[in-house]
Amino acid sequence: MATFFGEVVVASSRAGVDDEESAEEAREETPEDREIRRELEKKREIDVLWTLKSGASTESSADEPFVCSKFIVAIGHNAAAFLSSFILDSVCWEVVGVAKLWNEWCRTSNTTNVLPTDSFCLFYQLISDPTVLLCQCSCYVAEDQQFQWLEKVFGCMRKEDLQVTILSTCPVADYKTQESTLTLPSPFLKALKTKEFKEEVCCPLLEQPNIVRDLPAA
Amino acid sequence: MFVPCDRGGGSASSDFKGFTLLVPAVSVGNVGQLATDLVISTLNMTKVGYFYTDCLVPMVGNNPYATAEENSMELSINAEVYSLPSKKLVVLQIRSPFIKNKYRPFCQTLLSWVKSSKCARVVLLSSSHAYQRDDEQLLGTPLRYLLTPDLEKAVGGLMQELNWKEMEKVAAYPGINDTEKVLHIPGGGITKLLFTESCSKGIQMAVLLKFCSEGDNIPDAFALVNYLNEWLQLVKSEVNTSSQWKIPSSWRLLFGNGLPPALF
Repeated sequence: MATFFGEVVVASSRAGVDDEESAEEAREETPEDREIRRELEKKREIDVLWTLKSGASTESSADEPFVCSKFIVAIGHNAAAFLSSFILDSVCWEVVGVAKLWNEWCRTSNTTNVLPTDSFCLFYQLISDPTVLLCQCSCYVAEDQQFQWLEKVFGCMRKEDLQVTILSTCPVADYKTQESTLTLPSPFLKALKTKEFKEEVCCPLLEQPNIVRDLPAA
Repeated sequence: MFVPCDRGGGSASSDFKGFTLLVPAVSVGNVGQLATDLVISTLNMTKVGYFYTDCLVPMVGNNPYATAEENSMELSINAEVYSLPSKKLVVLQIRSPFIKNKYRPFCQTLLSWVKSSKCARVVLLSSSHAYQRDDEQLLGTPLRYLLTPDLEKAVGGLMQELNWKEMEKVAAYPGINDTEKVLHIPGGGITKLLFTESCSKGIQMAVLLKFCSEGDNIPDAFALVNYLNEWLQLVKSEVNTSSQWKIPSSWRLLFGNGLPPALF
């Protein structure tokens, strides 16, 4: 493809598989390549640590799946801030878990005493009803980590009779509608629900052709 | 990987023995995926399950083939399977790109699912960069086909009758040695990998592809789906070849929202 300035560039394609990437994979992987790939994969692994009632910290995999009736997940800074401002307080909720991860965009902070501007992923339990869990995930979970996050977090909880609510935000400019988004009164709420969700939804459903991506979608 | 839907049909709805599996490759212009959308939408195919996979970027939305309020609320994700038993057709629609380094595992899992579900043959809809054509390919039809040796035996003759053009091989070392020829499908995504793996695994696979560029690929999708129809005869061929296909509601607003009136 030739640009305005006359140079020839390779147009990015929606194909998703660059020819370079496939050529790279076609080469034999040397032991060094394998080692580098393993190290990178280890670096991108997600650790989910839960604090049991007794106060002992343990790896998520050692636990029995715990009973959970409601799991509210807030993804992104705005949703996390909403929970901090209106729901969370130190009287009714206690921190029971943390997810640690690293990617090119962020590294989660080590402390549970976080500032709103930090990147973190914390899990809270309602003291009066320990089956109610809440997650604030303000860090960006990269696309190759999303499935892992899902498996590690949901792998710890019993899924029977579990109701999951996901809170997230998207830019208004990404909303596809017949009119221009300039005149749209914002912010506004839209919802997606599974057919198993029988309760009333508090806002209209997300119309076609809009979609949700990243961790909320996963 | 394949998770059947919870419908009245039960296991019967996920019995694909002897069926033709239609799959798009995520390729230049997303032509294969658009053509697949047209097939699912026009034939009003029923969703029978999905692929639970970590190889594709996650996405979710409401039913992309909604025609009315009642059917617009079913969730839809990135890899779903639709079926039409009356035509022995099963379709896998892929709606997002591959996660880096995950396309190989996906191909392996897909082909082993093809074998385990006993599909008779696979038709892969794809596309290739138009700007990489050589002088001869610039003339004539931009549509090409490929058949694995096992399928060649079954339908090779039909392709001759339809006057279809087989995808040309290119020199492995152009300019240096023109005798060694290889298959090269630039912009085709996983097309070449799936095709070569199918050849070696004895799977009956046909690849149907169109040369195109990124842009408004709706006409390319129509061309590819009509090409497919010449062979599989999924819908009755009309004189106006675009009117026989139903455009899904999710194709609205492909190129942005309405304009703000204040602009004028």
